[in-house]
This record gives sequence, C-alpha cells and structure tokens, in this order.
Amino acid sequence: MSLMVNGAAVPLPEDPRVSLLDLLRERMHLHGTKKGCDQGACGACTVLVDGERIISCLALAVQFEGRQITTVDGLATGGVLHPLQAAFIEHDGFQCGYCTPGQICSAIGMVSEIHRGMPSNVTEDLAKSDMKVTREEVSERMSGNLCRCGAYNGIVDAILATYGEIGE
Amino acid sequence: MNPFDYVRASNTVSAIMLGSEPETKFLGGGTNLVDLMRQTVERPSKLVDVTGLGAFIKESGNGGVIIGGATKNSAVAGSQIIRERYPMLSRAILSGASAQIRNLATVAGNMLQRTRCAYFYDTVGSRCNKRELGLGCDALEGFNRNHAILGASAACVATHPSDMCVALAALDAEVHIARSGGTRTLPFTDLHQLPGTNPHIDTQIEAGELITAIQLPMLHTASRSTYRKVRDRASYAFALVSVAAVLQIEDERIVDVRLALGGVAHKPWRATKAEAMLKGRAATTDAFCMAVEEELTDATPLRENHFKIALTKRTIVSVLVELARRSA
Repeated sequence: MSLMVNGAAVPLPEDPRVSLLDLLRERMHLHGTKKGCDQGACGACTVLVDGERIISCLALAVQFEGRQITTVDGLATGGVLHPLQAAFIEHDGFQCGYCTPGQICSAIGMVSEIHRGMPSNVTEDLAKSDMKVTREEVSERMSGNLCRCGAYNGIVDAILATYGEIGE
Repeated sequence: MNPFDYVRASNTVSAIMLGSEPETKFLGGGTNLVDLMRQTVERPSKLVDVTGLGAFIKESGNGGVIIGGATKNSAVAGSQIIRERYPMLSRAILSGASAQIRNLATVAGNMLQRTRCAYFYDTVGSRCNKRELGLGCDALEGFNRNHAILGASAACVATHPSDMCVALAALDAEVHIARSGGTRTLPFTDLHQLPGTNPHIDTQIEAGELITAIQLPMLHTASRSTYRKVRDRASYAFALVSVAAVLQIEDERIVDVRLALGGVAHKPWRATKAEAMLKGRAATTDAFCMAVEEELTDATPLRENHFKIALTKRTIVSVLVELARRSA
C-alpha cells in the first residue's frame, strides 16, 4: 500500500483525511510543493501524477496508491536544473517564488497536454489536433496558477523560451 | 475535517451496497467534496471511492455517445469524438476550473458539485438554508452579485456553478443511474431542482444512487452550436452568465433551437420560453431579441446583480446571431 514520490516508495497514510499535499510536506518533508489557499483556487500545490498535472491540496493521498508523483523537488538531475527551472531564472519568472514550484510543475504538465493534442478554451477549432505552444495558449492553459507578485510575463517568457516554437 | 472511513469500490454493485449505508458519500476526484468536508459543510462518516468505475466514452447507437460517470473532465474535453460531434460540451468543460482540477474531477462529480455561494461555505458566521434548512439566507441581503435572477426562492438564491452541466442541458442528455436492485434513467434537465422551500436538496438523486453514465443523443448541427461564458476575468472564474446554444436552420427558418443558461439559476436553466417563441420563425436579430425578452420577463434581480438581466439578454442574442451567420 504505497505510492511513488520522485522515484521513492512512500506508504499511504492510515488516516484518509491526509491530502497528497500534506503527505508531501508534513510527512515526507518535501517542502518544494507549496500550500497556498488549500482550497483549489491558486495552483501553488500543483504536482504531476503519472505525468499529468493536478492540484494536491484537494486530493486525498489514499486515492493515489501505486501512482507516480513528481514534485518540483524531483525535477533537477545530478544537481543540474531542469531546463524550465533554468529558464525561470533567466527570464525573471518570479519575485517571491512561492508560486514557482506549482508554476513549473504545471507548465511541464501543460506542454505534455499540448503535445498530446489537448485543446484549450482559446483554441478556435476544437476538432484540429496539432496544437502549438503560443503565448495566448500558454496564458490560458496556465490560468490555474496564480502569481500575486504579477510575474506572469516572465513566467510565459520562460515557458516559451523552453518549449515554444521559433517564430511564435 | 471530521474523521471518516475510506473504501475503494471494485464494481458498481458493491459501490451501491456500500453507498447505501447512512452518512456515506461517493467520492470522485474530490475537488468539491474534500473542500466541503474541510469546511465541515459535508460531514460523511464514510467515503466510497468510485473513481475506478466506468471511465469511458463510446458510441451508443443512432449517432449518440455515452460517457462513463467516472470519466475525467479533461478526458471528455479532449476526446476527439466529443470535439467533433459535441464541440459545445468540450468548450464548456474547457472554460471551467483549471487544467489541474479538470484532470482530477469526474463527470458525475461535476454534475453533483454544490454551489459556491460564500454563505453556504461559511459554517461559523453565516445563515444558509442549503447548509441547514430553517437557518435563513444571508445572501438575500448580502453580497449577491453572483447569485440567481431566475427561479430563486425566499429560501435560497444560490446558483449552480457548473459549465459542463449547461451544455448537457442544451444537448438533451440523459442520466444513467444505478441503485439497489436495478437502474433508472432521468432526463438531464430533471436532475437538478429549483430551491423552492427545500434548497438543501440539489438533485433528484437519492441516497445510495450512483450516476454511472451520461448519454448524449445525436446532435444534428454541431457546427451551429456553441458555449459562451462571460466572467469577471478571462479564465479560471465562475460564470456571471453563460449560454449553451444549438441553432438549426432550414430554408431560413429555425427548425430547432436549444438554449441553456449558466450562472443565473439554482440549476442549469433551459430557456424553454425563448425556444418556443423561436421555433418556426426566421432567424433574425429581432426575433432573437423578442425571445430573450420573453425568457427574462420573470427575472428577479437582487441588490447587486441587476446587471445580469441585461447581460444575459445580450449574451444570448450575440450567440444566436453568431450561430445564424455560420454555415450549417
């Protein structure tokens, strides 16, 4: 009865009230993932489950038996930042940094959605399947991650620099 | 959050057996229920996890499609068959919540989500008849900008928060329900209720009943259908007003029109008066304007939401004009 966090097996909590977020922060002491609103309104707690982004504050940990969780703590390899982490620094994608782990995990999930042909609310023709990483698409698709410092331009720049196609 | 037992259902029969016990609730993605439990608005003593049951999207014959109750919102919105045949459903889902929430939330859970009225959530400082019948309603004289203008009562002026449900109302969907000893179906438009004197009851679903699927009949005019949402910010906000519309025109006459509204009532509001006025008429802006006037005749604004009446009228007319201009 366990789930995997950044490659390590973690036992499920005995108390089903424990959210995935609290499991990560309070029991595993992985403080990268942040608790913002704790009610699904800010996106600071975004993590990847089997590569898909979810909010972890309203997710009960017991529901994730056998699933692969990736948090911001698991993105760097061998002391080298993930390219998107480096781009956030390069493009001033933050001020206080509190929303940043959620922004980065969310963006990684978002790009995978785009590559799978998932449309967004600003996609004009829903029937088409070749989606592009454009500024408009990124802004809409990242709307679940709030940034009170207002670093949105830098965040979108960092995402486009990492994943955008030349000429867009 | 109050303590509770958690059990994962392995099939529908055992889910219903477990779900029929007192103080038990079914658990989908949890994006609304867990929030409500944390606020102690909901206090179940047991949760039956049904996310492992019935996640599918498939043909149901006669050009229709059936969607399993445990299917994730994002899976429906991203499904090629839904995007091609029911684009308004895809767009409605994509306009709601955020991608991170849509990846967790299930179709049945979306239908059964509860109002986001702030007084409903405020267990400590506010009166709310939906939370506890007989307490009174602090929204009536409070912050009610987001509240209902149609079909409300003196007991409750809350709105239904779903976008997906507005599209389902316009699509004439049918809800499949499993219960002890059998199954039943319900027209989607009968699933949710107006508040009347019993605002604590949102839907016709009884204790122990599980929504297993939603069935969509064939839509003849996918190209002349859409969902438009008007809100305070461009994304990740609940609707002030939303419109799901289907418009079928033959020889310049309206042969079928279906209109459903979000953000204005306790349930997805099917605009039957406007539809009745439009059927058989020429698809002109004048006709659209007359129809919305008829539909909104009984609209009753609260102190802060008078603007919704004009906004609703303008949004419907604008959507219908756009659909009429599109080629079929």
